[in-house]
Amino acid sequence: MIDVARVQADFPILKRQVHGKRLVYLDSASSAQKPIQVLDAMDRLYRESYANVHRGVYTIAEETTAAYEGARAKVATLVNAGSASEIVFTKNVTEAINLVAYSWARANLREGDAIVVTEMEHHANVVPWHMLAAERGVELRWIPLTPDFLLDLTDLDRLLRGAKLLAVSAASNVLGTLNEIRLLADAAHAAGALMLVDAAQAVPHLPVDVQAWDADFVGFTGHKMLGPSGIGGLWARPELLDAMPPFLGGGEMIRDVTATGFTTNDVPWKFEAGTMPIAEAVGLGAAVDYLTGLGLDAVREHEKQLTGYALDRLTERFGDGLTIYGPRDLEVRGGAVSFLFENIHAHDISQVVDEEGVCVRAGHHCAKPLMRVLGVPATTRASFYVYNDEADVDALIEALAKAEQFFAI
Amino acid sequence: MAGLEDLYREIILDHYRAPRNRGELPVPPAIRVEGFNPLCGDEVILYLEVDDGVVTDVRTAGQGCSISQASTSMMSAAVKGQPVDEARRLIHAFKVLMSIHESKLEGDGDDADQSADLTGVRLGDLEALQGVVKFPVRIKCATLAWNTLEQGLDEAR
Repeated sequence: MIDVARVQADFPILKRQVHGKRLVYLDSASSAQKPIQVLDAMDRLYRESYANVHRGVYTIAEETTAAYEGARAKVATLVNAGSASEIVFTKNVTEAINLVAYSWARANLREGDAIVVTEMEHHANVVPWHMLAAERGVELRWIPLTPDFLLDLTDLDRLLRGAKLLAVSAASNVLGTLNEIRLLADAAHAAGALMLVDAAQAVPHLPVDVQAWDADFVGFTGHKMLGPSGIGGLWARPELLDAMPPFLGGGEMIRDVTATGFTTNDVPWKFEAGTMPIAEAVGLGAAVDYLTGLGLDAVREHEKQLTGYALDRLTERFGDGLTIYGPRDLEVRGGAVSFLFENIHAHDISQVVDEEGVCVRAGHHCAKPLMRVLGVPATTRASFYVYNDEADVDALIEALAKAEQFFAI
Repeated sequence: MAGLEDLYREIILDHYRAPRNRGELPVPPAIRVEGFNPLCGDEVILYLEVDDGVVTDVRTAGQGCSISQASTSMMSAAVKGQPVDEARRLIHAFKVLMSIHESKLEGDGDDADQSADLTGVRLGDLEALQGVVKFPVRIKCATLAWNTLEQGLDEAR
């Protein structure tokens, strides 16, 4: 199990107060806080050995390159990639998915082809496909939800017929739902489609094995897994990365440039044009070390327990006044808990609980197609991570009680 | 530091709990106009009856946060029965109230520099919404009804 008190001591921001109250950070599904180990790794790089990567032959350039490539290797190990060269650094999941959309999809999809997504996708896994659909006449198909907030796979075979790609989140940022990626990948492959996984809400919270998933593309982001913003990545099967045309053109991604053209660098650098977020990559490496130190199994177990505690306490305290949008079964859900409360608008709830030092997200969570399916304009979302404990859940509940009092009709 | 009582003044909560002029009007003669804030899902629907240069009746529908709904209610009460010109002056005055001036944020209350054509405009209860400017992300909640009204008056011309 995770020693939460020791974890909390590693996060400087948790020592601050908001409105005179202890900071209770329950918005890690949006972005996680950073441990001192990550801050120190980035600071040390800048103070002691910063230079551009892959260019200089001098000592500090070599040190920086080793740190940057070392971070890639750590990420590769974390998700069980076959080799570090299968990890392309991007700025976030959004860029990872856009890379696939612009490079692989535009080289391989044409009018009449189909892409299958789900009703619980984040805009990052919807809008790039809308853009492609509009440009190429590609059809977008949607896997619906069951009343239990799981994917309804009844019509999966029909939806996948003739599809070129199945693009699914491993864990929903709104519902918390964990999707059965291996099962979906098998179905996609049987239909001749490739499988893209938006793992933004999975890699930070549970053991991820891209080979066991048998996926083709997996996107993830650093800032949700204790790392800095501005760094994330794409894992893809090596033969796909080799065959894909480059995405952004510029320095670093080339082998040779002449007056008449260019040849591309090897994978993964073929997809890393220009100076990358170097310190951020090193910070991400430190975040991976931190999570690995805790153990992703232990992280998952901790969040499962805490989510169970939260669901029980919320229901106990508020009964029918609080509607949770997401599965109740802890085996199929992560730590994002979205809810409606007493007809109080999510923005009002968020505003009032902030007064108690509690940070929750209010709005559509970049999942407007899902909000339409749920028939709600916005929800309030609390989400849990390694530094949260039962006292945080209790603080949320007391703050919600104050909001209820405040807006009582 | 701005506290909750700056944002949620009692008069605002009163309009939120008991919104004035809720309902619909037959279209035509009334016109129906919709305002939408895609970021938070706030929705304001206005039915306006404009007769001989006067806003003779207003009804409101829609859903959203307390600030957007209270502002809608207060707006409807303020412009009902007013000449269109006066309604437009109110819209202008309200937008000035909602604009973020450094001096206002620091609370020195020097409002004397507002443009001259607003002299004589009385915001009354609407002044209660001034606390919203201390919460910049909520300003759009307060202005939604007024932008929708402006759009409606333009259409009614």
